[in-house]
Amino acid sequence: MLPELGQLLLLLALTVAALQALLPLAGAHAGRAPLMAVARPAALAQLLLLAGAFAILTWAFVVQDFSVRYVAANSNSLLPMIYRYSAVWGSHEGSLLLWALVLALWTAAVALCSRSLPQAVVARVLGVMGVVATGFLAFLIFTSNPFERLLPAAVEGRDLNPLLQDPGLIFHPPLLYLGYVGFAVPFAFAIAALLDGRLDARWLRWTRPWTNVAWAFLTLGIALGSWWAYYELGWGGWWFWDPVENASFMPWLVGAALIHSQAVTEKRGSFGGWTLLLAIAAFSLSLLGTFLVRSGVLTSVHAFAADPSRGVFILVFLGLVIGASLLLYALRAGRLQPGAGFRPVSRETLLLVNNLLLASACAMVLLGTLYPLLADALDLGKISVGPPYFGLLFFLLMVPLVALVPFGPLLRWQRDQASAVLAVLLPWLGLAVAAGAAAWLAAPAGGWKSALGVAAALWVGAGTLRFVWARLRNSGRLTLEMWGMALGHLGIAVFLVGALLVEARNVQREVALKPGQALELGEYRFVFQGVEERPGPNYLSDRGQVQVLRKGRELALLHPEKRAYASGGQVMTEAAIRPGLLGDVYVALGEPLGEGAWAVRVHLKPFVRWIWAGALLMALGGLVTAADRRFRRRTEEKTA
Amino acid sequence: MNTPQTHKPQGLPVVAVVIGALFFVGLIGLMGYGVLRSGDANRDVLPSVLIGKPAPEFSLPVLHDPSIQAGSAQLRGAPYLFNVWGSWCAACREEHPVLTRFAESKRVRVVGYNWKDEPADALRWLEQFGNPYFVVLADREGRYALDWGVTGAPETFLVDGAGVIRWKHTGPLTQAVIDAELLPALAQVEQGR
Amino acid sequence: MRALLPGLALCLALALPASGPAQPVADPTPLQFQDAAEETRFHALTSELRCVQCQNQSLADSNAQIAQDMRREVLALMRQGRSDAQIKQFLVDRYGEFVLYRPAVHGQTWLLWFGPGLVLLLGAGVLWHVVRRRAAAVPETDTPEPPEQDW
Repeated sequence: MLPELGQLLLLLALTVAALQALLPLAGAHAGRAPLMAVARPAALAQLLLLAGAFAILTWAFVVQDFSVRYVAANSNSLLPMIYRYSAVWGSHEGSLLLWALVLALWTAAVALCSRSLPQAVVARVLGVMGVVATGFLAFLIFTSNPFERLLPAAVEGRDLNPLLQDPGLIFHPPLLYLGYVGFAVPFAFAIAALLDGRLDARWLRWTRPWTNVAWAFLTLGIALGSWWAYYELGWGGWWFWDPVENASFMPWLVGAALIHSQAVTEKRGSFGGWTLLLAIAAFSLSLLGTFLVRSGVLTSVHAFAADPSRGVFILVFLGLVIGASLLLYALRAGRLQPGAGFRPVSRETLLLVNNLLLASACAMVLLGTLYPLLADALDLGKISVGPPYFGLLFFLLMVPLVALVPFGPLLRWQRDQASAVLAVLLPWLGLAVAAGAAAWLAAPAGGWKSALGVAAALWVGAGTLRFVWARLRNSGRLTLEMWGMALGHLGIAVFLVGALLVEARNVQREVALKPGQALELGEYRFVFQGVEERPGPNYLSDRGQVQVLRKGRELALLHPEKRAYASGGQVMTEAAIRPGLLGDVYVALGEPLGEGAWAVRVHLKPFVRWIWAGALLMALGGLVTAADRRFRRRTEEKTA
Repeated sequence: MNTPQTHKPQGLPVVAVVIGALFFVGLIGLMGYGVLRSGDANRDVLPSVLIGKPAPEFSLPVLHDPSIQAGSAQLRGAPYLFNVWGSWCAACREEHPVLTRFAESKRVRVVGYNWKDEPADALRWLEQFGNPYFVVLADREGRYALDWGVTGAPETFLVDGAGVIRWKHTGPLTQAVIDAELLPALAQVEQGR
Repeated sequence: MRALLPGLALCLALALPASGPAQPVADPTPLQFQDAAEETRFHALTSELRCVQCQNQSLADSNAQIAQDMRREVLALMRQGRSDAQIKQFLVDRYGEFVLYRPAVHGQTWLLWFGPGLVLLLGAGVLWHVVRRRAAAVPETDTPEPPEQDW
């Protein structure tokens, strides 16, 4: 009964979304207030309806209603309770419902927090978000209904993919969607501005915090995914340039460019056209990413199982939304007033360069991800594009960006003297180079990557702190926006340490060990103490015990596992990690070799946690910026 | 801070619009191609790069009598089918009836390449399900699989009398594949083309 | 008592017949390396090669049967004195360029390798043009902006 109610709620939500799309947009076009007034209540109603549908699906999982096809496919009587909640978004249909719910959340938030904006603006923004919602809800209802019945009901469910039975994966999709989908807000604003024919700095002041928050969530979502892959996929990698990972990274890159471009447009009135284009691009890439992951176009172990009919539906929707947006942009963007001019040596120029590098990086990732498909289409054979390509080109594009980061905050708007800023930063550059050289001499095993990581991190970190210090000395305070910027850029520095040093200095060894035997790696000694069988809630585990010694003293007792899940017999490798500020010790079990012997694999990963610490700082920077008082000032005019 | 505008707003440069439009259309087109191909079960199959090239030279013990060695030298002179299988391979069981029926037509010799299998298991499997093979060569270590570009089992190659690989199929053989691909390829080989 | 029922279900679910699912003959013993340099080279090389049976995994990371065999072969070739390029060519001869995660640079991958650079150059050109146009609107003077309007 309840699943049928869920379906009904979805249908109602679709109707409301369609009304939310059509009426306010028509009203804004014709200047009719009653039509425009539909927007806010429609947005709130949509949220309530979708929240209800989501709650019903959750309930179906909690009580294990295997007469619902989606529940039967993604759950199992042995599934622990906590994973019954996260199984709701464990596969295509449910995650799509989550997508729609998150969109409704953002839409309702915009509806509630936009009292200071002119009614026509609000009507257009909510209307555009309504168009997106309509498309997704139609897709959901007509091709991917999560409430479809399975009659007769299954006796036992197929189980949630064991890879997803993990705390990290509980939060990864929701955070990612809060980010991805959140880009719909600046997108809707961009469309509204183009429909209106002008871009008001006040509207940008309104949009900026939303964009920063969405980008922060996306950062967290990607970081969580990376961290999960590190401890779950058995071999300690933290980024694979897999197509699905790239699908989330592209909007991140463009989102980073967007938050910078919005800052310029809000403060200086310049780059209006670029800001709008980036806003359209960011959300378009979010849609493209959603499409790529679900359509079956790309081969990836991450991708949802899908069928071509679904792919066609999203593709058509994608094509219409992006095509219409770009067409509108082509027709209207030229009419925007350009902002104040600026000299070549100015913060504006630097931010243009910043956006160029980020956009080029995004283009590179897109090209590399789609190239195998392109080669296949053009009959050029089967080609693989992997980490050696992405890593190299991304590195090359980021070198100039990292080099320029400390200049941005110090350079003035409109015009500045290069010599003045260089004089300020040169000592820190010298320090960075010296530190890099020292790192190379002290630990030559790390090679140039290690030295570069240290030098680059110090350069960015010192440059940013120099800015903070100068501000505090001159005016005694920093705005939250400045603190956010500082945190974000410090996050880059911390991330550089992690990424470059772990790549340069990580070591691993895999050896066959009998209980009692040990292996040495670096200054560590790993004593294998055998494996015992232990049952879990829905799996049987071979649980090993490895004693980790450093310089003769016990550092940790680690328990790597191999879990065989009851439902499908799938075997998961659970690595055991001893985390550390300066590096992780990572132990995993290989295959049993008979007579109690096992292949044991150990890794030493220096500074790997700094990668996610850096990402956390960047996300924090975004959130702190969004909290700045300048965004909470009420705008004076109510009329458009 | 108000600096005088030196120009009125103008439309976007036409070049930019044209490039953008082309890129967009190209992207959607590529995605469309991807979607249409995604339903194809063979999409992810790795095509063989050895088509038209000489088959690897190999010499392996015969499964039924390990004291005899046989290989590419002995098989030359007439075409043969090289079928990669193992008793551990579930899909091989799937194609077994189809392969047997084809082998019974005696159109071409079907050579079994027993890959990474214990001889006892392989013999038991053949006894249980029937032996369609002209001869079974046992490669317990899998030394030659890499040379043939094998990615898994079952896989089937067609080699002509001169020892050149003319066709490969990845996955279980079905009657449809035999009719649509193998028989025409075989006809070409037999006519000496 | 509560724990018994699910535990029982688990045991029943996992009770496998004596014969069990068959596995191909495989030696899962980890590869032994002669020295650290060989190990490092092996890891670097196998990270650049693709497992031909998996959905996007490197040869270093994959547990597939064919991947294990390929790793053994790579080590054997390394010990025969072949260079990285020769080993890659060995695998390309048998599996095609699919097996390379670092695409070869030739006519068919020209767009892939040089495309991003072209995009960057094109963008830089546009940027230069924009900066010049905007610079024309601002006369060059010696007085910089006061710091308060600086953020």
